Order: sequence, then C-alpha cells, then structure tokens
Amino acid sequence: MRSETVLSCEGLLKRFGGITATDNVSLKLQRGARHALIGPNGAGKTTLINLLTGVLEPTAGSICLQGENINHLAAHQRVRRGLVRTFQISQLFEGLTPLQTLAVAVTQHLGTGATWWKALGHDALVSQRCEQLLAQFHLTEVMDQVTSELAYGKRRLLEMAIALACEPTVLLLDEPVAGVPAGEREELLKTVAALPADVSVLLIEHDMDLVFSFAQRMTVLVNGAVLTEGTPSEMAADARVREVYLGHGDKHG
Amino acid sequence: MSSVANSLSASSKPRWWEFVLWALLLCLPALMPTHALLISEITIIALFAMSLDLVLGYSGIVSLGHAAFFGMGAYSAALFAKHIHPDPLLGLAVATAVSAVLGAVCSLGILRGSDLTRLMVTLGVALILQELANKLDFITGGADGLQGVIMGPVLGRFAFDLVGQTAAWYALCVTLVVFMLLRSVVHSPFGFSLKTIRDNPLRAQAIGIPVHSRLIAAYTLSAALAGLAGALQAQSSGFASLDVFGFDRSADVLLMLVIGGTGWLWGGIIGAVVFKVLHSLIAAWTPQYWTFWLGLFLVLLMLVGRERLIRPWTWGHRA
Amino acid sequence: MLTLLFDGVAYGMLLFILAIGLAVTLGLMNFINLAHGAFAMAGGYVTVLLMQHAGLPFLACVPLAFVFTAVAGALLEVTLYRRMYHRSHLDQVLFSIGLTFMAVAGVDYFVGSTQQLVQLPAFLKGRTEWWDGALGMGHYRLAIIGVCAVLTVVLQLLLVRTRFGAQLRASVDNQRVAAGLGIDVNKVFLVTFAVGSGLAGLGGALGAEVLGLDPVFPLKFMIYFLIVVAVGGTSSLTGPLLAALLLGIADVAGKYYIPKLGAFIVYSLMIALLMWRPQGLFARGGK
Repeated sequence: MRSETVLSCEGLLKRFGGITATDNVSLKLQRGARHALIGPNGAGKTTLINLLTGVLEPTAGSICLQGENINHLAAHQRVRRGLVRTFQISQLFEGLTPLQTLAVAVTQHLGTGATWWKALGHDALVSQRCEQLLAQFHLTEVMDQVTSELAYGKRRLLEMAIALACEPTVLLLDEPVAGVPAGEREELLKTVAALPADVSVLLIEHDMDLVFSFAQRMTVLVNGAVLTEGTPSEMAADARVREVYLGHGDKHG
Repeated sequence: MSSVANSLSASSKPRWWEFVLWALLLCLPALMPTHALLISEITIIALFAMSLDLVLGYSGIVSLGHAAFFGMGAYSAALFAKHIHPDPLLGLAVATAVSAVLGAVCSLGILRGSDLTRLMVTLGVALILQELANKLDFITGGADGLQGVIMGPVLGRFAFDLVGQTAAWYALCVTLVVFMLLRSVVHSPFGFSLKTIRDNPLRAQAIGIPVHSRLIAAYTLSAALAGLAGALQAQSSGFASLDVFGFDRSADVLLMLVIGGTGWLWGGIIGAVVFKVLHSLIAAWTPQYWTFWLGLFLVLLMLVGRERLIRPWTWGHRA
Repeated sequence: MLTLLFDGVAYGMLLFILAIGLAVTLGLMNFINLAHGAFAMAGGYVTVLLMQHAGLPFLACVPLAFVFTAVAGALLEVTLYRRMYHRSHLDQVLFSIGLTFMAVAGVDYFVGSTQQLVQLPAFLKGRTEWWDGALGMGHYRLAIIGVCAVLTVVLQLLLVRTRFGAQLRASVDNQRVAAGLGIDVNKVFLVTFAVGSGLAGLGGALGAEVLGLDPVFPLKFMIYFLIVVAVGGTSSLTGPLLAALLLGIADVAGKYYIPKLGAFIVYSLMIALLMWRPQGLFARGGK
C-alpha cells in the first residue's frame, strides 16, 4: 500500500480573544492510518477536529485533503470529499428514527439529497445500504424507534453508523466509546477495528488500552500544541508523555 | 421488499382517512352553502398555516412575520387583477412568483443568528411592508385599502358568485393541490434534510447537507405558498387592506399551527378549523375582549405543554 | 440639528432603561420575554392612575411605578415564568405574547382605550434655547437624560462592584458552573427579573409623556425593545446602551427628515445590521 498523506495540516493556529486553543499544530495522516490523538482534558483535541472539518475557521495555517488545500471549503463540502467525523457528545436527530437518519445520510452521499418529488428510500440502493448499516451496528431492532427514546449505547452506535453512511476516506473519531457501558463497548471496538484498510482514521481517546491496541502512530497534544509524535512504544517510553499523564491513573502498555 | 424498504415507504403512503377527510372537505360547499364564506376563510388560513409549517415545523425557524408574504401575495393579486388582467389563475401565478422572490431575498436574513435575530428580521420585514403599503397610498390605497377588485371567472367558466360557493371550491381545490405537493416534499430526501437541520444543524452539516441552500429553498417555497394564500384571499374578497401584513395575522397563524401540531401537514388544517371555530364562539360571547381570552388560552397552553393538547389523557399529569 | 440630536439622545436613554431588563433576561435565562412592554405599560398606567385618583405628585409616582412593577415582576417570575425557562424559544414567545394580549385587553377593559395624558409638574415643562435656537433643550427631556444617566451608572456599579453583580455576571456567563459554585441561581433570576421589570415600569412612567400611553403600548414598542437587545447584544450594558442611542437618534432624525418613510428607515437599518452581524453589534463570543 502506497504511503501517501491524505490529510495534513501545517502551522494550524486558533485564537479566541486572548486564548490560544490551537498552537501551531502540524499533523500528517497517511492513507490507511490508524493514528491516535491523545492529551489531557482541555488540550485542544476537539478544537483541532473542529478546525480540520471546517466547523471553526483557523486564525492561521493550512489544511490539505488529498494534496489539495481545503481552507476555503465549507464544512459540508469537506464531507462530500470524504472527510467525516463523529462527535464526543452524540449529535443526533432527535425527531427522526435511526432508519430515517441513515437514509438521509446515505441519500445525501449518493448525491440525491435535494430530491423533493420522490419519497425518501424510494431508491433500492438506499434501503440496501441502510439495511447493511443497521445490521452492522445492531440497530435493526430499534430502526423505527424515534432517536430521543434510544438507550445511550444505541445512540453511540448510531453516532458511528451515521459517519460510516457517508462512506468516508478520512474518519475523525472523537472519543467514540466515551460513557458506553462495558457490554456495548465490544461492538463499537469491533467496528472500529473492522474499518476498511484504506480508510484513514484519526482517533481521539482517553482509554489507553484502546489507544495502544488500535494505533500505529500517536500524537500527543498539550495546551493546544504538539508535544511529541511517534509509535505507541516510543510514546510509552517517553518521559514527557508519562509526566503529562501522571495522576490520571491510566495504565500504559 | 425487505422490512427496511417497507418501513421507509410505509410512512410516505397516504392513509385512508386522509382521502376521506379531503373528500368531505371538498363536499362542504355543497353541504353547507350558507357557510361558504367561512369555508373559504378557513381554507385560506389553513393554506397559510401549512406554508408556515414548512419553515417552523419542518425547518425549525421561528417566524413572527410570515404575514409579510401573505400580504405581498394579496396586494400583488389585487393589483394584477385591477390593472393588468382579471383572470384568477394568472393572478395566482403572478402573486406566487412575486412572493417567492421576496421570500428568496428575505431568506438571506434568517440563515445565521439566534432565534431572537430571526424573530427580529421576520418581524421587521412584515412591519416594513406594512409601512410601505401605508405610505405608497397612490398604489395601494393606503389605510383605506385596495378596493374594487373584480375577478374574472375561474378557468373562463366559473364566475365568482355573491354567495361565495365558487370562491370556496376554488380555495379548496388550490389548497388540495398544494397539500399534495407539500406531502411529496416533506416525505422526500429534501424534506427530511430540513428536519435534520431543524433537529441538529451542526450534524446536518457534518453529513454533507448544504444547510444554507436548503433553508433558502424551504423559505422561498414557504413564502410562495403564503403568497398564494394571500392571493386567494384578495381574489375571494375583492379587496386588500393593510391588516394582511399585520402582526395579529402572523401571531394567529403561529397559534393555529401550535394548536394543530407542528411538523405534520394536517396540523395547519386542524389548527385553522379549531381556531376559527373558537374565535366565532368566543367573539359571539365577548366580541371586544377576544384578545384577552386568546392570551389566556396561549398562556395556559404553554404552561401545560403544547404536545399535550392533542393528548388529553396527559392533562392530569405533571409535566 | 442639535435639537434633533438632543431629542434622539433623550429617546435613546429612555429606550435603554426600558429595554435593559429584556436584555438581561435574555442573557441570563435565555428567555425571550415579549411581555416586557406590558411591564412598561403597567408603570405608565400606575403613574397616571395614582396622579388622577390619589392626587399624588408626579415625582412620587415614578418611584412607586418602579416598586409596583418590580413586585408584579417578582410574583410572575415565581409563579409563571420560572416554569418556562427550559422551554423552546417558540413556547416562550407564544407564552409572553399571551401575557401581553391579556395585559392589553385588561387595561382596555378597566381603563379604556384612550390616550392617557400626564400632567407634568411646572418646573419640568418648558424649554431652554441655546445659541439662538440652534439647540432647544426641553426641560423634561433633559430630566430624562439625567435620570437615565444616573440609573445607568448605578446599574454599572451594581454589576461591577457588588457581590450580587458578580453572581449575576457569573450566572449569565455559565449557569451550570455558577450553580456549582454555590450561587443561588434561582434568587439571582428572581431579583434580576424583578429589577428588570421595575426598570421597565420606571421607563414607562417617565416615558408616558414622551411616547404616549394607551393599551396598545406594549405591541407598538415591542419592536423597539427587541431591536435594542438584538443589535446591542446581551453580554454587556454598553452594547444595549449604544444600540438604544443609535436607535433613538435614527428614529427621531428619520421621522424629521423623511416623514413619509420614518419608521421604514429604522426597520431597514436594523435588518441590515442584523444581517451583517447576526449576533448583534457588540456581542462577545456570541450566544
């Protein structure tokens, strides 16, 4: 597999008034990467994701997707190019059912999202894809239940399912297993592990077990800036990284 | 068909009772000829309410000035009939087009900002139009209103009679066509994308939905339909006055939608019927202080919770 | 022209005092209270009725108007408003419109729909001309500017120098954290709502002579209060103050120079401003 950079940012800077949330961050994500982004709370990990996906506008710096500068692209346009993310706190459509939610995402991805004269799901391709996703994420039993009534574990599953419905080439996962009960964690973790090999994944996580079992490379973010970067074993051996996590009670591999 | 495909298509199929209700509605002018005027009125307001539902119930935009488009349609139709051509359907087309343009322009103002900003912009536009209609009295007749609008026969055959039967059927047919159109729209991918924007604009954006262009489209369509309702009003009654832009009108239609339920098309129709019936009953009893009882109803309704209005079994429970 | 500026400033200061309660309510409780104008109207009517029936002098009625509306505000907050804080903005809008309708109809029923006239004490009537009439300062308007300026300074001091002010600012900034710090958020809401309503009543009492007083007052002026809040933002005192002054001067100037389109200018200006800066001219961080 050729190792090319699919997503990169160079000198990314974000200031809010007097606070520097993102401090000169440069990052490269290779094709097929399993890259983890770790750091203490408030380090600016989610802000970085917001910058990469276009939710926030950077004060300075550039972002490139597949070699092309995307600073000027709106958030929804970046999604169309394959840059998809999940949210740390589930962002779902409370008034829709999981089936409808996925159908909207799939239809949008297929390019027919603006159709106003045919019913949603009229296209057999859409229902097939929804069926696949529902099965993959164990949501088939609840597919017609309105999202506001779903259990927390199912909500996290749906959160990830929506992202996959967009068929990402680059997937940014923001603490996907946060708060998920132990039983349902396994399903989520299996899905993360089973992601297609050519999808590049950037994972934000606090759970060090997950990080060490999943990641091939890691970046450590502290106070908005990159502290260090390397393979998991390099990170585990790095004294500075240990210091940053002292007192957090996390186990290292 | 798999159960998934079934599930998706089931929600978009019309229910049997929808056909029954519409058949009943279309028969009303024949069944109750003396109430033809009331039937027209309720139908027109129901159409207006449905148009507002598109932005309020389906897109989540709180508008206190939807009467801006109703009024625009009314005056456009009235002026067109008076000065250019008295054909009703042509007038409808023109009025709808004008309102759509106005809607497209105004939609730029509601894209960003908080609920308060949207309230302000929508209120402001309606007030501006009312002021304009007032001040440009050489076109609009100012505070006296635009009088003497004589309509030609519908489709060249059905003349508007004094009793109002033609007007009632005319309004009902137009509203039915719009209803069917809206039905298609709200069950389409476009319609569902509006709901995603309503529920979570951040996530909608994150699945590739162009939030701004969808909102512009929805708002423009909504404005066009509100203008259509206004045009029907002007054509049926033969005149247009400043109150078509009034805050009362915007607030009333909002209330109707809340009574009938937002986010489903029948809400506008049911709300319009209930509201008008209540209005007739209460106004007969205390004509001057209708606003007091309306206000009291609103306060109580909001305290209780509007979803519970259509679920009487929850009235005894605490929210 | 200077006279216009003077009148505009007077109008603006009055609008500020009238609208500041609305701004704080929105910023603090995230509640859109369209019934705010009804409190202002109440203050005006209390003043008029006390003067007409109890024979009290104008200067005594004004503080009484403040007290009366503050108490009314407190009562309504505890019984009704408190239940609506967590509702959607649509529900809040409808709820407060309902209250407004009730107030409007109620006043119409009990007092009648004619314009109420306020008899100002003699020393407040009259005008002083400066520079050969280039600047005509009505004494009453001068008094309004004075009173409102003092109130503004007092409000700013309360906000910045007192413990309650600190609690209020903390609660506006982040309610959950404030409660976590032990701040009695309910009490902050209650006092703030009461004072805000009281100020509206005070403004209504002061403004009755300048703005006119009749049962449709809340509906007529609601848009102006909302403009002050939408344009001025809810994160400071200076934002609404500047917005109110801008609005006051624009309105007075507009109606003088182009009477045919007077109000039209104000609304268009407001819409243009909001489209350019949807969070208001002076917002920090945005809400």
